[in-house]
Amino acid sequence: MSGDSSPGPPAAADEVLASLSEAVPSAEAGHSVGDHVIRVPAEDLARLAGAARDHGFEMCSDITVVDYLGKRRVRFEVVVNLLSVQHNRRLRILVPVPEGDPEVPSLVPVYPGANFLEREAYDMFGIRFAGHPDLTRILMPDDWMGHPLRRDFEVGAVPVQFKASPRVT
Amino acid sequence: MAQLTAPPQLLTTTLGKAIRWSQQQSMWPATFGLACCAIEMMATGTAHNDLARFGMEVFRASPRQADLMVVAGRVSQKMAPVLRQVYDQMADPKWVISMGACASTGGMFNNYALVQGVDQIVPVDVYVPGCPPGPQSLMHGILTLQDKVVSGELAR
Amino acid sequence: MMAEPTATTDIWVSGTEAPDVSEWMVAGTDEGAQEMERDETVERSVEQRGSRVVDDWVVDDSVDDDERMIVNMGPQHPSTHGVLRLNIELEGEIVRRVKPIIGYLHTGMEKTAETLTFLQGGTNVTRMDYLAPLHNELCYSLATEKLLGVEIPPRAQAIRILMTELNRVSSHLVATATNGMDIGALSMMMYGFRERELILAFFEKTTGLRMNHNYIRPGGVAADLPDGWEEDVAEILERIPLAMRDYEDLLKENPIWLGRTRGVGIITADECLAYGVTGPTLRAAGVPWDLRKSQPYSGIEAYEFDVVTGSRGDVYDRYRVRIGEMHQSLRIIEQVVDTMPRGDYKTTDRKVSPPPRQRIDESMEALIHHFKIYTEGFKVPAGETYVAIEAPRGELGCYLVSDGSGAPLRMHTRAPSFSNLQALPIMMADSLVADTVACIASLDPVMGDVDR
Ligand code: SF4
Repeated sequence: MSGDSSPGPPAAADEVLASLSEAVPSAEAGHSVGDHVIRVPAEDLARLAGAARDHGFEMCSDITVVDYLGKRRVRFEVVVNLLSVQHNRRLRILVPVPEGDPEVPSLVPVYPGANFLEREAYDMFGIRFAGHPDLTRILMPDDWMGHPLRRDFEVGAVPVQFKASPRVT
Repeated sequence: MAQLTAPPQLLTTTLGKAIRWSQQQSMWPATFGLACCAIEMMATGTAHNDLARFGMEVFRASPRQADLMVVAGRVSQKMAPVLRQVYDQMADPKWVISMGACASTGGMFNNYALVQGVDQIVPVDVYVPGCPPGPQSLMHGILTLQDKVVSGELAR
Repeated sequence: MMAEPTATTDIWVSGTEAPDVSEWMVAGTDEGAQEMERDETVERSVEQRGSRVVDDWVVDDSVDDDERMIVNMGPQHPSTHGVLRLNIELEGEIVRRVKPIIGYLHTGMEKTAETLTFLQGGTNVTRMDYLAPLHNELCYSLATEKLLGVEIPPRAQAIRILMTELNRVSSHLVATATNGMDIGALSMMMYGFRERELILAFFEKTTGLRMNHNYIRPGGVAADLPDGWEEDVAEILERIPLAMRDYEDLLKENPIWLGRTRGVGIITADECLAYGVTGPTLRAAGVPWDLRKSQPYSGIEAYEFDVVTGSRGDVYDRYRVRIGEMHQSLRIIEQVVDTMPRGDYKTTDRKVSPPPRQRIDESMEALIHHFKIYTEGFKVPAGETYVAIEAPRGELGCYLVSDGSGAPLRMHTRAPSFSNLQALPIMMADSLVADTVACIASLDPVMGDVDR
C-alpha cells in the first residue's frame, strides 16, 4: 500500500472533528488504523449525522453492523461511513447498541441514501432504525425467521453428500 | 404439369425418430441468468462462441416459448419459488441444464441463503460443472443433452 | 467532451400542493407481501435537504382510476440485468413510482466470509460483482493489508493496476453492450462481447480463469504475469480502440440511439450525492469524483489519466462517460506496460506469504510454515478499517473487522450497485414506461453486487 493509507490525518480534518464534538458533546473522536472515527451514543446519532452533513459530509456511503458477541459488553455496533466529496474526506461513526434494545434513530431524514442500507442492517442483524419510512426485510424473503448475520445464527451449511450416480457417457 | 421424371425421393423413418430429431434441432433456451454463470451463458450466445451453430441461439424471454431452461448461477431461497414457477410455465417437452457449481450443488456457498442444488426444485437433465463453466463447457453440456434427446434417453 | 447542457429539462416541474396519496396507495402485488412505499413522494421532498429538485408529482384527478396500474417486472426478465424485480406504478404510459425489490440473488457471502481465512476470502469476494471480480479482490486485499500493515512490492502494485484497469474496460464493454441490446441495438451486444473475449483470454492466461479469478490476494498477486504478456496487452491496446471506433460509428450520432437516450433518466448531482450514487452515474451528472484521483490506491497516482464527466446526467451521458473511461483506462494500461517494474510479485513478509518453493524442498521449517499459512491462515492484528476503491460501478468499499485471529470477525462490502439502485425510482419518476429498460441498463447494476 502506498499513498492511500493516510499516515497522519490532515489538520483541517481535526478541526472538523473538534467542531463536531463541540456540537455533540457526547461524541468521542479518535483514530482507527489511520481513519477518523467518532463514537457516539445511539440517542445522539441523528444529531451528529445532521451536524456532519452541515460540515460538508454530503454522502452516506455505507451503514453496517458488527456483532461482537462474546467479545464486548455491548453486543452490536452500528457503523456509519460518511464521505465528503467537497473536502475529500471520510468519517466513520461508531454507535454501540445493546442486545436488549437494538434501536438507533434512522438517518433517512438526513441522508435519503441510508434507506436501503438501514433496511439491510435490519434484515441481517435485527437492528431497528426508529423513524425509517419502510423498515422491512430487503434481502431475505419476508417470511424469513431470524437475522442471518448475527453470530449466533447458524451458517446453515448442509452436510455434503456424495451419491453414486449412473455413469454418463 | 411437367412429368415427374426423377424417381420419388423418399426417406423412411419412424415417427419417434422424426420427433426426436426435430426436438433436438430446435431447442430454444429460456433465459434464466442468475449470477456469474449467466455472463458466460451470454458470452456463449454472442459472436465469439456463437451458439447459433447448434440451432439454439434463440433465447426466449417468455418461458411459454422455451424448451430448455439453463439455470445459470446460484439459486437463493428467495428465488427458488420463482424458478419453480417459471419451470411450470414452460410447455412440454422441456429440459433443464444446471450450469455451474452453484446451480448443481450450491458451490462454495454452503450457507443459509442458497438452495444446495437446483435439482431439489426442478428435475435436471444435464449438469455442467465449473465455476463458471466456460462457453465450451456449456456447449458440451448442450450437445450432450441433444445426443441424449436424439438417442431417446431423454425424449419426452 | 460533452455537448452544452440544455437549460432545464421539462421533466422536473415542481408542484406546490402536497399530493393526497392516502386513498389509492395501498396497492399490494399478487405475491402479496411487499407493498409500494407509502407517501414516498411526500417524504422525498422533505428528505432531500440541499437538493434543488422538489418533488413534482401532483395527483391528477382527471385521470381515471383504471388508468393507474401496478406492473410487476421481474425477477425473471431479460432486461433487468439479473434478478431485479421492480414494482412500477403506471398512469397510462407514464411511470409514476417505482419500487425495486431485491434479494433474489442473496448468497450470504458476508456470512461465508466469516468462516474463511483471510487468505481464502478472495475466492468469496470475487464472486460478488462478477463483471469486475478483480476490483473486489483488490478492495478486500487492500483492507486486509491495511490491518496487517504490510508493504506491497512495486511490481505487484503495477500488476494490480494493470489487471483492474483491464477489468474496467471489460466491464464497461459489457455495460455498453447490454445497454445497446436493451434499447434494441443488438449488434452492440455482439461487438461488446467480441472485444471482451480478447481481455478474458488474457485473464485466463494470467489467472487461470475467465472470471472469478482470485488472483489479487492479500500480500500481492497469486502469480507473476505470463511470458509474452507484453504482446497480449499490446494486442488489446491495439484492437480495442479500433473496435471502439466501430461503437462510435454505430451509436454516437445514431438518431434512434439519441432519441432513446438523450434526456432520459435524468438524475442531478445533488440527488446522486443524497442517495449515495457513485461511479459513472455521478460523473455523468457533472461531479468529477473518482477515487483513483481523490483517494488513490495501489500507486495509481503515478499514472496520468483524466476524469471523464458528463453534464446532463442522462442515459446518453452515462454511455459517453463509460466510453471515455475505457479510453482513459487504456491510457493507464499503456503507461503500466511501459513502466512495469521488476521484482517480486508478492510481499516477502514471511508472516503473510509462504516461503519460496525451493526452500520447502530444503527445510522442514519452511514446509511447516507453508502448511500453516495455507491451513490456518495468517493472523491479522485486531482492528477495523474501511477501504474504498473505484470499481466500474462506483465506490466499492470493504469494511473489515479482525479480532486477531485468522478469519475476519466481520467482512462487509459496500456495494456500488446497491446504493446506485436506490436512485432508480428518482430516475424513472415521470418517464415513459418504454424508458424503463434504458434507465436500468444505464445504471448497470450487477445483481451479485446488489444482493451479495
Ligand atoms: S458456479 Fe461460480 S460462476 Fe457460477 S454462479 Fe456459482 S459462483 Fe458464480
